[in-house]
Amino acid sequence: MSKLVGFQSNPRLKISELIPWVLALAVFFVLPDYLSLGAQILTYILFALSLDLITGYAGVVTLGHAAFFGVGAYTCGILSAKVGITDPLLLLLMSAIVCGLLGISTGLIILRTQKLTQLMLTLAIAALCFEVANKATTITGGADGLTGVVIGPIFGLFKFDFLNKTAYLWCLGILFIFWYLVRRLVYSPFGITLTGIKENKQRMQAIGVPVTSYLLKAYTFSAIIAGVAGALIAQTNQFVGLNLIGFEPSGEILVMLILGGVGRIYGAFVGPLVFLVAQDFLAKQFPEYWNLGIGLMLLIVVLFAKGGVLGIFDKVTVFRRSSK
Amino acid sequence: MTLALETIRLSKQFGALTVADQIDFKLEAGARHALIGPNGAGKTTFINLLTGRLTPSSGQVKMMGQEISSLNESKRVKMGLGRTFQINSLFNKMTVLDNISLGISERLGISKKMWRNASAFTALKEESLEILSLLGIADDANERVSQLPYGKQRLVEIAISLGLKPKVLLLDEPAAGVPSMESGRILQALDVLPKDIAILMIEHDMDLVFQFASKITVLVQGAVLCEGTPDEIAHDPRVHQVYLGEPNE
Repeated sequence: MSKLVGFQSNPRLKISELIPWVLALAVFFVLPDYLSLGAQILTYILFALSLDLITGYAGVVTLGHAAFFGVGAYTCGILSAKVGITDPLLLLLMSAIVCGLLGISTGLIILRTQKLTQLMLTLAIAALCFEVANKATTITGGADGLTGVVIGPIFGLFKFDFLNKTAYLWCLGILFIFWYLVRRLVYSPFGITLTGIKENKQRMQAIGVPVTSYLLKAYTFSAIIAGVAGALIAQTNQFVGLNLIGFEPSGEILVMLILGGVGRIYGAFVGPLVFLVAQDFLAKQFPEYWNLGIGLMLLIVVLFAKGGVLGIFDKVTVFRRSSK
Repeated sequence: MTLALETIRLSKQFGALTVADQIDFKLEAGARHALIGPNGAGKTTFINLLTGRLTPSSGQVKMMGQEISSLNESKRVKMGLGRTFQINSLFNKMTVLDNISLGISERLGISKKMWRNASAFTALKEESLEILSLLGIADDANERVSQLPYGKQRLVEIAISLGLKPKVLLLDEPAAGVPSMESGRILQALDVLPKDIAILMIEHDMDLVFQFASKITVLVQGAVLCEGTPDEIAHDPRVHQVYLGEPNE
């Protein structure tokens, strides 16, 4: 099992933590045909990272996190297609603000509750967002999706190109910023307090911690990150559909996080990578049965590799150390 | 002298069941006070009413002369009301040091800091270690709590509450689950607690109660049966009746 971050943990960057970034840059140069999938994966990593913060670190399990992902995507898409705002950075900012407000307002409700009630409320909020997106067809395009999304050049300089080179680097840059912030947060006293809340909420209250207020901050930050991830995918695809909002993507992102490993930052990197690459591969090979492959993978992880793919690495290193 | 803690006709009902019945109770500053009573007398409920975990049906709780009935648990802690739990309530996957540091960090306002490295706050470690040395478990500072023997975990339970710098400390059966041969260790720990903290202890181990307390309150079926010095309580026929049944039986 991975060690929890504590007050004595060394926050210095380990060399192994650079691997994802080196790999991501390598993909850019070596696999130029896969940058569309790559950008997709990067945004889902950002989305999974936001879920890891609130579920893996703060212990709030949610089945509705795609509410923020979807609202972020629709905010970006609508502002571009209907209002005519095309600056990508400004659009990210607007999505962040809208999702931050949605995070505060829904967090105030769901964080007062616990366990199953909480889980059901998160689900209900995602379902509500889905229905709004589904019914408000004049603004959202409903089941047909939102078309006409036009994204201008980044900083007025870099145009989104056909091969998704710009989109890939743009997603990578934004992911890097939020990875840095989340990592910072996890090693801060605030982050360790979140871990304490996950470990024993009751005791935290009994040592004077206003638990709900801490959780609300974390939840809002997580909502902002998920919203930015949604906006990124809207910009990359220049299209927003119902598949980004509601229960299904909420469940999917949870599956990805569990696949990678919960509560360890890099689980959020590994999970979407494994999931989306497997999905891409399986969908080509077995177009009718690809879900089965994903299901089997999850089954194996849950049964034999608690802690996800990264949990397996932990076990291997522990085993090698003990056998030396 | 202002009382550390006072309740005025404090009552709690769960439906038709009365678990706290008009309790008038006074805890003096710096007191060593024990609360005893048979199982189900409502001792832990009383503690939960004092800390704000439960809301009373009627009556008042005052701390240092100030009405605190409407304050929630964490606000009462910030005023200086600490407690321990009958069944360990620790952060099992964290180290002993972190268990103590969490409370200190919150008290010092460090917990709110989101963008600074936690390891930079060395004062936290120092203060936590001080408390651990006081209780004689400093050697275990870097152990994961779940790996400690139960007796030591009980000491961590007390250490966490000391990190809150309480003015009033409520100990809910500090020796519960500890083998009687080790309860001496708990008593030692209780002995070194700062004298200015007013302590109310619930305990079943009568040896511990009589060595520790200078005043004892007996609670039966949610109501105060009697109150007095250990000597008075030991010779009170009503107490004998409650604990041992009628003399003729």
